[in-house]
Amino acid sequence: MKRLSLAHFWVAIVAFGAASAMAFMQALSRASLDLPWRSAKLYYLSVTAHGVLMALVFTTFFIMAFGYVVAERTLGRPVAGPRLAWAGFWIAVAGTAAAAWAIFTGKATVLYTFYPPLKAHPAFYIGLTLLIVGSWLWGAVMLWSYRAWRRDQRDAPAPLAMHGMIATVIVWYIATAGVAAEALLQLIPWSLGLTATIDPLLSRMLFWYFGHPLVYFWLLPAYVIWYTLLPVAAGGKLFSDPLARLVFVLFILLSTPVGFHHQFMDPGVSAGWKLLHTLLTFAILFPSFVTAFSVTASMEVAGRMRGATGLFDWLGKLPWREPLFSSIALSMILFAAGGLGGAINASFGMNAVVHNTAWIQGHFHLTVGSAVALTFMGAAYWLVPRLSGRELELGLLARVQPYLWFIGMLLFSVSNHITGILGMPRRVFDASYEGSPAAVQWQGLTELSALGGVFLFASAAFFMLVMIGTGLAGKRREPEPIAWAEPLHPAPLRRTVFDRYGLWTAVAVVLVIIAYGYPLWHHLRMARFGSPGFSPF
Amino acid sequence: MNVPFYEKLWMWASAVLIVAFLTTIVAGLTGSALQPPSHVETIDPTKVWNDPRFTTRGATTDGQRTTVVNVAMMFAFEPAEIRVPAGQPVTFRLTSTDVTHGFQIVGTNANTMVVPGYISQFTTVFPLPGEYLIVCNEYCGLGHHVMAGKLIVEEARP
Repeated sequence: MKRLSLAHFWVAIVAFGAASAMAFMQALSRASLDLPWRSAKLYYLSVTAHGVLMALVFTTFFIMAFGYVVAERTLGRPVAGPRLAWAGFWIAVAGTAAAAWAIFTGKATVLYTFYPPLKAHPAFYIGLTLLIVGSWLWGAVMLWSYRAWRRDQRDAPAPLAMHGMIATVIVWYIATAGVAAEALLQLIPWSLGLTATIDPLLSRMLFWYFGHPLVYFWLLPAYVIWYTLLPVAAGGKLFSDPLARLVFVLFILLSTPVGFHHQFMDPGVSAGWKLLHTLLTFAILFPSFVTAFSVTASMEVAGRMRGATGLFDWLGKLPWREPLFSSIALSMILFAAGGLGGAINASFGMNAVVHNTAWIQGHFHLTVGSAVALTFMGAAYWLVPRLSGRELELGLLARVQPYLWFIGMLLFSVSNHITGILGMPRRVFDASYEGSPAAVQWQGLTELSALGGVFLFASAAFFMLVMIGTGLAGKRREPEPIAWAEPLHPAPLRRTVFDRYGLWTAVAVVLVIIAYGYPLWHHLRMARFGSPGFSPF
Repeated sequence: MNVPFYEKLWMWASAVLIVAFLTTIVAGLTGSALQPPSHVETIDPTKVWNDPRFTTRGATTDGQRTTVVNVAMMFAFEPAEIRVPAGQPVTFRLTSTDVTHGFQIVGTNANTMVVPGYISQFTTVFPLPGEYLIVCNEYCGLGHHVMAGKLIVEEARP
């Protein structure tokens, strides 16, 4: 069944490569270089392609691939329903192809948030819906595999990595209900001409109901990698097994009822509900704080097992040349800054200073663009040889690549945070505003961010070279087994309250109903006026 | 569940930090009414130009407060130049005739989404006279980056 995981990995890697090329074009455009192909049309097209391919295609396929690896290797049996799994793969591939066709032919330049009444070709909406349907089949295979395993293991708790992936699947099912409703009830009928108008604010509510837990769909598998593969790569043990289980359960509970913190500046949603979502948003900082401690402590354990005795010398004993380790360690540093920046974004009134400015792209390139993407790249170096039975080619590039990403992301992200504070809007082809004095002060910094983009592109190219080299020319040999981290103190042998997935899902749904039930009901009762569609060009 | 001492310490510190963050938000809310623009009012986006709420555009004042009525469209604000007095509350009322736009006055905390079918409203004070750049900060199509305006904050007349 390794073919199933590898097929998903390769689609993820191809999407990543295409998305990186799009990012490189944007970086050059940001530096205002006078290039022959530089045009507003191509810029906005490339922003759309970059966002969709990175945030929706690369992540989803990678997570599906990693989920199958976890299910098969930690449960020690083939996944249940392999035909369903392949059906999910092909549906997701077909959907991705349809959406990519619409984007690259210029029929869907609506960015990856696709806010109506900007209108795209129906193939774009239908394609993305199919991608999600494919991921639903993946989720079903994951849960089915777990249930099949449970029939033989009445009392044992799920292996920790599987626990994390089950949490990921639950978060994903709850979250995608929102975007599925937006696509099926609003976007698809409207783009096909079956309905004349659309309510843009309802779309935004449904989109962000999905859009924030989407980030935990990306992040939880990265946390699984931090908790269960990093200690092995570092040569140590997991600091605490039960705390990791607690973290994943908290994400099941709190991922979804927080979406209004993306809509602080929206009219039509009253401030009280925005405040409730703010409180829950801050609560969800807690599991990430716990993760920061546990994973750093696991690194210290590894350093001490490698012979460190002093207060800080364990840092130097860690395997900084091992790409999975360095990817995660560097991504955690960037994520610490990104997480605290996120607390600023979530700060209700203060959000007005940064909303829709360049600060935002600076922020999420530290979170999804570093904590998630860099971890996934490190994990690909670790997993692809172990799955394909081919040795990693171009190992030197793999060792350098995480550091290049780190430097590039620092340049890109720091400069975007500052230009954002100085008021530069995000997603603009050209930020000169006819030489307005406010715009002049952004200039040097936008060039710095473009330089960061060049580093990032070099890093992405290294990653692609290593992956393609490994896939085509890596020396064949008996693959090493995939080892999962042993906890420092023995893991519980019996199921605990953390294994009550049905219970946690029910509590999560209740929280969602509290946070969204009344605002949606109230919204639907209000006298509203629909919008016809508009083409972005 | 056996939680090691340092981890316990860290968890309590995290909880305290989160409560401190929330306290600043609630303090800002109750002390200086710092809250995001959250006005709830709807309008037919296809009839904005004839709607009495948007037929008189630009700034009007009753001596105490100024109201600014503005319409966002692909790819301009109408009117593109707004004059308001310094040091007085200014209430903005905006809507869109086409797609979703943003309205952000660079260098201030005036920032709102402008969603067709809805009226955005917020009140702020500009203490410093001068000329400010207004930008659209939500992607609205090919001319998004040229969608801009100007706010002139004038010394309040005695």
